Amino acid sequence: MSNEEKLEKNEENISRRDFLLYAMGAWATVGVGYALYAMYKTWEPLPEVMAQATVKFDLSKVKPGELKVISWRGKPVFILHKTKDMTKCPERTVAGEYTVVIGVCTHLGCIPNWEPDKKIWHCPCHGGEYNACGVNIFGPPPRPLDIPPFKLEGTIIVLGEEGPEYRKMISG
Amino acid sequence: MKLIDWLDERLAVRQLIKVMMTEYYVPKNINFLWSFGVLIILTLTILIISGIFLLMYYKPDANLAFDSVNKTIMMDVSYGWIFRHVHAVGASIIFLLLYIHMARGIYYGSFKPPREIVWITGYVLFILMSATAFTGYLLPWGQMSYWAAQTITTLFEKIPFIGPDLVIWIRGHFIVEDPTLTRFFALHVVFLPLLLIIFTAIHLYAVRIVGSNNEDGVPIPKEEKKKKGIPFWPVFMAKEYFVMAVFLTFFFFLVFFHYEFAMDPINFTPANKLQTPPHIYPEWYFLAYYEVLRGFFFSQNLGLIAFVLSMFIAMFLPWLDKSPIVSGKHRPMFQVAFWIFILDFVFLTVLGKLPPTGLYAWLGLIGSIIFFAFFFSLPIISKIERKQIENGGNKK
Repeated sequence: MSNEEKLEKNEENISRRDFLLYAMGAWATVGVGYALYAMYKTWEPLPEVMAQATVKFDLSKVKPGELKVISWRGKPVFILHKTKDMTKCPERTVAGEYTVVIGVCTHLGCIPNWEPDKKIWHCPCHGGEYNACGVNIFGPPPRPLDIPPFKLEGTIIVLGEEGPEYRKMISG
Repeated sequence: MKLIDWLDERLAVRQLIKVMMTEYYVPKNINFLWSFGVLIILTLTILIISGIFLLMYYKPDANLAFDSVNKTIMMDVSYGWIFRHVHAVGASIIFLLLYIHMARGIYYGSFKPPREIVWITGYVLFILMSATAFTGYLLPWGQMSYWAAQTITTLFEKIPFIGPDLVIWIRGHFIVEDPTLTRFFALHVVFLPLLLIIFTAIHLYAVRIVGSNNEDGVPIPKEEKKKKGIPFWPVFMAKEYFVMAVFLTFFFFLVFFHYEFAMDPINFTPANKLQTPPHIYPEWYFLAYYEVLRGFFFSQNLGLIAFVLSMFIAMFLPWLDKSPIVSGKHRPMFQVAFWIFILDFVFLTVLGKLPPTGLYAWLGLIGSIIFFAFFFSLPIISKIERKQIENGGNKK
């Protein structure tokens, strides 16, 4: 074998080894990528948790003047059937006569209590008050109670899905 | 043949002991502040041992966790209460030790070349320890556990675009719930301690390579090691045993007589996701950072950015303070800035527990600004000192 031939063979060897190395590296990267993806997926909420993502509730079950509290995604949602003597707010009223708000004080996350005689929500922690529309009227809360994303199907309200009424409400 | 000879033939233990202990020279011009590293290892060991025993009765389940701690461990298991109090007090005290250890490093310039890796691995250890403390605090599933986890995980919501989804991913639920508890348990018991041990090994290895700093910040030349230094074993450790004894007396005094400082009464009410306690505050060792979060009271986003920055800015000290003078002992201007910073840290810690209203809110803002001012003053101080040296000042 001449010197040139030896050199050529050597180069070939190196490039073959390099190729194997790159191939192994690429394969390992794909493997590690999938492993990380699987680890990421294990931390996602389980199906039984995702089942709580949407909650259906029949609004007609709430009598005028009555307040129902339902649980949605681990948070209380207040559903108040408004009467004529309560504060009016068409832009925050669902299906013409209901206030639907997340029952978590926008100040520090306490749960306000409904006071039927005064027709307000009163927060026991720092004295924040909200009117029957869920709008903050006194104390430290920085904004009204949040409205959960909802969709209307007749008298049924679906919490956790954005319907046209909800989009109109948050844009307006 | 003696056992040591038998081992030496197979593992070269004599050489190992020489390199790690008897021929590792610690400078003579150090003070008691250099004893805190060993104290931290001691406390970490106590935490791991007490943790293993708590683990034998603890149940990581939202329905069982509270009783497994407050009934089984505290009332039924013989001496279970000691292990819980040791673990709680140890977790609190290790932060005091870490803060002193870090303050010593800052004052004597132990983060400067060639010790950058020592500083960075040390800072990673501090962050890991914070994560361990945070995940561990959820495990008793009391009201303060629950709402601390709820509040801190909510902070991630502010991250642009991915925030809200990220929070649900971290919790495994829309709120802090059973999946959150079990994953925090896994992190607290296996993953984070494993990382802590690995980083401690790297930290100690790095110290062994570059050697301990000293009060004057002047390295000992190799040929003078024996004259200007003492062997780590047995001379340094002989003194360290005295410090350890004093520390353990103080530690067990706290465990037996004043454990209540590490046990918030609110946390003896089971977690209730529908009832926030009126005042939520972290353990004392996070109060300063918590105050920085609240300090920028006029903007929640700014507060959050400041909070994250305050947790990590000290990691970049080797690049903020590039003064050629290593030790703060020979830097009058730095000393002023350093002591203002220490006082400010204590001030923020005190303020963190007070309600953030009126005057306190403004004091919090001022305290937070001073906190950052220290770090941003370092490049300026370094520049002035460099100029003084160039103009014929004496470099010690």
